[in-house]
Amino acid sequence: MIQMTAEAAEATRTEPVVQMSGVSVSFPGVKALQSVGLTLRPGEVHALMGENGAGKSTLIKALTGVYSIDEGTIIVGGEPRTFHSPAESQAAGISTVYQEVNLCTNLTVAENMLLGREPRSFGRIDTRAMNRRAGETLTRLGLDIDPKSQLGTHPIAIQQLVAIARAVDIDAELLILDEPTSSLDADEVAKLFEVMRTLRAEGVAIVFVSHFLEQVFAISDRMTVLRNGQFVGEYLTAETTQLQLVQAMIGRELETLEKIEQAAEEHTVKTQGAPLMEVIDLGRKGSVESVDLQLFEGEVIGIAGLLGSGRTELARLLFGADTPDHGDMRMRSKGTKLRTPRQAIDHKIAFSSENRRSEGVIADLSIADNMVLAMQASRGWLRPIPARTKDRLVRKYIEALDIRPADPNALMRNLSGGNQQKVLLARWLITEPELLILDEPTRGIDIGAKAQIQQLVADLSKDGMSVVFISAELEEVLRLSDRLVVMRDRRKIDERANEDVTVSDVLEIIAGEVRNDA
Amino acid sequence: MRDLGLRFVRHNLFWPTLALVLLLLLNLTKTPDFFSLRLQDGHLYGSLIDILRNSAPTLLIALGMTLVIATRGIDLSVGAVAAISGAVACTYMAGSPDESTAGRAVIGMTMAVAVAVLLGVWNGFLVSVLGIQPIIATLVLMTAGRGLAMLITDGQITTVNNSLFAKVSTGFVLGLPIAILIALAVFAITAVLTRRTALGMLIEAVGINPEASRLAGVRARTITWTVYVFVAFCAGIAGLMIASNTSAADANAAGLFIELDAILAVVIGGTSLAGGRFSLTGTLIGAMFIQTLATTIPTMGIPAETNYLFKAVVVIVVCLLQSPKARAVLSVRRSSPLLTKGSAA
Repeated sequence: MIQMTAEAAEATRTEPVVQMSGVSVSFPGVKALQSVGLTLRPGEVHALMGENGAGKSTLIKALTGVYSIDEGTIIVGGEPRTFHSPAESQAAGISTVYQEVNLCTNLTVAENMLLGREPRSFGRIDTRAMNRRAGETLTRLGLDIDPKSQLGTHPIAIQQLVAIARAVDIDAELLILDEPTSSLDADEVAKLFEVMRTLRAEGVAIVFVSHFLEQVFAISDRMTVLRNGQFVGEYLTAETTQLQLVQAMIGRELETLEKIEQAAEEHTVKTQGAPLMEVIDLGRKGSVESVDLQLFEGEVIGIAGLLGSGRTELARLLFGADTPDHGDMRMRSKGTKLRTPRQAIDHKIAFSSENRRSEGVIADLSIADNMVLAMQASRGWLRPIPARTKDRLVRKYIEALDIRPADPNALMRNLSGGNQQKVLLARWLITEPELLILDEPTRGIDIGAKAQIQQLVADLSKDGMSVVFISAELEEVLRLSDRLVVMRDRRKIDERANEDVTVSDVLEIIAGEVRNDA
Repeated sequence: MRDLGLRFVRHNLFWPTLALVLLLLLNLTKTPDFFSLRLQDGHLYGSLIDILRNSAPTLLIALGMTLVIATRGIDLSVGAVAAISGAVACTYMAGSPDESTAGRAVIGMTMAVAVAVLLGVWNGFLVSVLGIQPIIATLVLMTAGRGLAMLITDGQITTVNNSLFAKVSTGFVLGLPIAILIALAVFAITAVLTRRTALGMLIEAVGINPEASRLAGVRARTITWTVYVFVAFCAGIAGLMIASNTSAADANAAGLFIELDAILAVVIGGTSLAGGRFSLTGTLIGAMFIQTLATTIPTMGIPAETNYLFKAVVVIVVCLLQSPKARAVLSVRRSSPLLTKGSAA
């Protein structure tokens, strides 16, 4: 199965930092990894690619000692090793930054960076030395963050960078970045890449896991592709095209995406008459400045903008998750004030938050309970959904959205990100909304699930549902939306019909005013 | 067959039930007629009935506490609320000219429960509207409440002479003590209200992820508020039982440390202090267990004052059973193939 070009073989002269071969890991009832190999060389960025559930995370956890392996060998620094805990692998120079930020938001940046290895003097933590050392590392990485500030006061993106700075501070020989960019905007990604290049030049081996193909091609030297827990191949990035990579990862979903785009182009919306929702001068101090927006039935509005541009904040105002300070809202020409999500739901509005884990998932409840939660909440606790209706709805959406496992009683916490997202979508579709607000519905999920969700949005709008679609991936926004709204610095800076608009057009709109301002 | 056994062992209530059964059997070794019930004047008597009757106040409060804990909260003020409830009822009755009439007892008890509910509204307001951490919010009333009860009783142990009031704790209906019937009725009503409606699921959702629940349209604030009112209502009734037992309101001693017993009962019953999934049946078993323990200790010839020591041992065992590490070790011992993976990690 191993495909290796002559050049690739030649580049193997330097001894690998880590060589995994024939690694198998199984869970009850599932073979998560079957005889997978991974070779990581110093001074290389190695992209680990595959759909969700392909085994990327399992492979990483097998390497770092979170899971024990059933078969295979792991050679670190020339010696066979078996790690029994993440601490052991860390001691061997393997440092990992996971997808979701796992830091303590109530501690300072410096405390987080040096947690567990605080500089001490006479047995007491030397706060000054700690702040100095953290500051040095941050400076070295070109990050302008006050080490004394509390982590929780920073946006998620900065917290993510702090997590990376923490990993770098350990002087790792191998740095594993599991989806580090999923919550970063373009600037921050560029900054992260700078950091990665610096580390690469220092001879650090880096594993990079990402769903953003452009990023993978921009930064990686080599790629290993997994599919269904099996090794597909190792490729040199310079010799591989995006199409080849995607085909190696999935093959079939590519056609779906092309079909969606075609369908979306043919999709037309009547923008005459009264809009479904209209907001005038809507705003909230510190989050969005006066936005005017009209939304028609069956229309998909794409909101583009960088992180912090106000795109999420606008969505929250439209849903009543935050209350506006000023401005008016009309639903079907009737003046409306939304003060709570509950009121929005009563007005047939649905909102899927970008923070799946903290604002969507009820981890310890079943798929079924998660799905019917919004419907049940709006019926009130005295009118439980009859068991038969609940069962029918849940089975219908498990099938329609291809949710796995297809077991209504499976706990939400055991689902992959993509499947959790589908359950959350089902939660809202069950309420039969007229307006569906989707904030980053495809973040951090695999291409297969992404395609399914995009297809769903296209289908829903065809059936007359209005959709507000927010995504950091401009291709996605452009593929789906009828009209495009661009936001920057908490303001709407542009609105246009989505006809022949390209990604670079949007980037210019976003960046153009930056130059004018400067 | 082995599968069935395994499922039995894995059931949430397996360990608490086993502990309760073992404890009951232990009594049998010292008291051969421990399980025997006898009918006398149409009333049931026996050790089991005593245990049930004495556990009624704790059980009542523990039921309310289960729901509070399910929302990630805690209520430390229940003991004080129980004391206030008893004080209100007794002071009212003792202060009226016709203290022994049934009418006075009914009015006194209604007032007591109404005051308790009001205190619950206060706790719920602090927690759900002002967003104060439950342990701090209810600590206010835990300390202030006893003072309030002292104010009501004027610092005296207020005794009353009222046969209807005395019956709350000592009376019988259909052969069973009224206290047991009240506790079981509240248990049944709570179970129906939470499990036959959607309330239980919504409480769990709020306890597991309050923000996600709010965004899904759940009235998280109202639900949180309601459970504090409910636990205070339960504490109010428990306070009446305690006062009725001696026909006196003792502002200092009534319901002292009952909040800890209630919390312990909830935790023994398998409801996690981290909130979320709750089990009312588990709480029932937990409350029985605590009372059985209190009964067993003197039976075994150990001084009753050492009760706290044994409770502490129970707390440690429960904590161990709930800790992931201890579970991992246990599962290796049982060498179940499914669980060795988790423990090796």
